[in-house]
Amino acid sequence: MSTLTNLTLAEARDLLAKGKISAAELTEAHVVAVESIRDLNAFVVETPDQALAMAKASDARRARGEVGALEGLPIGIKDLFCTEGVQTTAGSHILEGFKSTYESTVTANLWKAGAVMLGKLNMDEFAMGSSNMTSHFGPVTNPWQRRGDNRPLVPGGSSGGSATAVAARAVLAATGTDTGGSIRQPASFTGIVGIKPTYGRCSRWGIVAFASSLDQAGPMTRSVRDAAMMLGAMAGHDPKDSTSMDMAVPDFEAALTGDIRGLKVGIPKEYRVDGMAGEIEALWQQGIDWLKAAGAEIREISLPHTKYALPTYYIVAPAEASSNLARYDGVRFGLRVKGKTLDEMYEATRGAGFGAEVQRRILIGTYVLSAGYYDAYYNKARQVRQLILRDFTEAYKDVDVILTPTAPSAAFAVGEKMDDPVGMYLNDIFTVPVNLAGLPGLSVPAGLSAEGLPLGLQLIGRAFDEATLLKVGQVLETAADFKALPQRLAS
Amino acid sequence: MAVDKDTVVKIARLARLKVEAAQQEALVGELNGILAWIEQLKEVDTTGVEPMTSVVATRLPLRADLVTDGGKPEVVLANAPDATAGFFTVPKVVE
Repeated sequence: MSTLTNLTLAEARDLLAKGKISAAELTEAHVVAVESIRDLNAFVVETPDQALAMAKASDARRARGEVGALEGLPIGIKDLFCTEGVQTTAGSHILEGFKSTYESTVTANLWKAGAVMLGKLNMDEFAMGSSNMTSHFGPVTNPWQRRGDNRPLVPGGSSGGSATAVAARAVLAATGTDTGGSIRQPASFTGIVGIKPTYGRCSRWGIVAFASSLDQAGPMTRSVRDAAMMLGAMAGHDPKDSTSMDMAVPDFEAALTGDIRGLKVGIPKEYRVDGMAGEIEALWQQGIDWLKAAGAEIREISLPHTKYALPTYYIVAPAEASSNLARYDGVRFGLRVKGKTLDEMYEATRGAGFGAEVQRRILIGTYVLSAGYYDAYYNKARQVRQLILRDFTEAYKDVDVILTPTAPSAAFAVGEKMDDPVGMYLNDIFTVPVNLAGLPGLSVPAGLSAEGLPLGLQLIGRAFDEATLLKVGQVLETAADFKALPQRLAS
Repeated sequence: MAVDKDTVVKIARLARLKVEAAQQEALVGELNGILAWIEQLKEVDTTGVEPMTSVVATRLPLRADLVTDGGKPEVVLANAPDATAGFFTVPKVVE
């Protein structure tokens, strides 16, 4: 790990501003770092030439006095974002070789702010997974290992490549997307910060769609300040996404005052699930104590429909996915497998192009939307979703933020939990309700498990109040003082 | 509402997904496992609850009905697996 690759975004920004380093130097160090962790399989595509060209252009802009919010800072992009001229696969065989002819709004915003792209990051196929095991391009390895046990661990998912690249110090930060926990759970598994903003905060235009009413893009970084900086650059209204909100983006970094005196923090009793690991419960209590010590008021709250969030999600998300993924038919882009008739071609292409988990979800989605079952499953789920949102709305009459664990466990080994789809889905038990309610959620690394693995705490905010969320997140970060490093670091 | 092999074949057909015979049986078990688990939603009293249409209370914006982009067939066809003479191609659908 070089000194240049261990910087936070904010530290690198300040060194660049003082002229101590150039964007070209910073990027060169990261190109080497990216190559040095190839065995972790975090990248689907590396773009070193493009990175160096972008860095030189950034140095030239700086020389002219044009300095964006992320000027000259090298980052990685989850392979769900369309990037013009660079392969975009969503981790799927069906999009292998697809080179987008346009740029997603979020990545365009990042380049406009001066950021530099190091490459495209591996992920669960179509963002469906919690372990990065469903990628067509192979699993990603977590740079962390259990104490005294060198079995490879999963980085979580679906933004597993992003999490590994950030944690191993191969990129300064990365984009992720979160439909049911895909930013926050891998952030927790790899000891980094991840925020899923409010639904509508970031444009979804040019992001390969999974479940359109749940998907949001967000940053994955090594500090809360970095998350604030990067979210500010990613967010904003986009006329090309009718669900992106036409409202001003606050200065999130300015919100990091460290002062949370009098702020009310809700502790939802329904999140104390049966069989919760003792160390998760202890960490949660530690988080409560930290916030109390910083002057916050702690209140127990009730979110009575919490236990129905996961089954609701596993109707809504597959239903939307089965509709969104209808476009992969072998005609306009991506894989085509020949068939004698048009239907045979569709079926053969989709059968060969989609992996097992994606097929399973397409089938579930098709079933719950089919005649005779639409009311019993899909409409019922949309009603329960309304009740889940109502629970949060009620709770926010009394509190400003909610504190919970991010995930029910630390990272697990490759092969564990793989035989039972429902068991795998339980990973997202604390994160899924947040997506269903469209709220912002932040995961902050807060401690180590008995086996020496990182564990995160989650803060849930009011809609469009990422500023408060980040402020409280930074207080947690300061109190936790999480300095541990993964065993594997880029060189 | 348990699914059987015929149902799996039917929904695979609706989804235009080729599922090999050997996989069909395994899928019956997996889908039933997932469906049995989501059955618990039946316990929730949703009388009078409107199904959610949008998580953020907002009106969909309107825009002028104008052409804002186009005139670049080569870009549109750039990723087509089999484009010919400026068109997407498919197997013959009419005799």
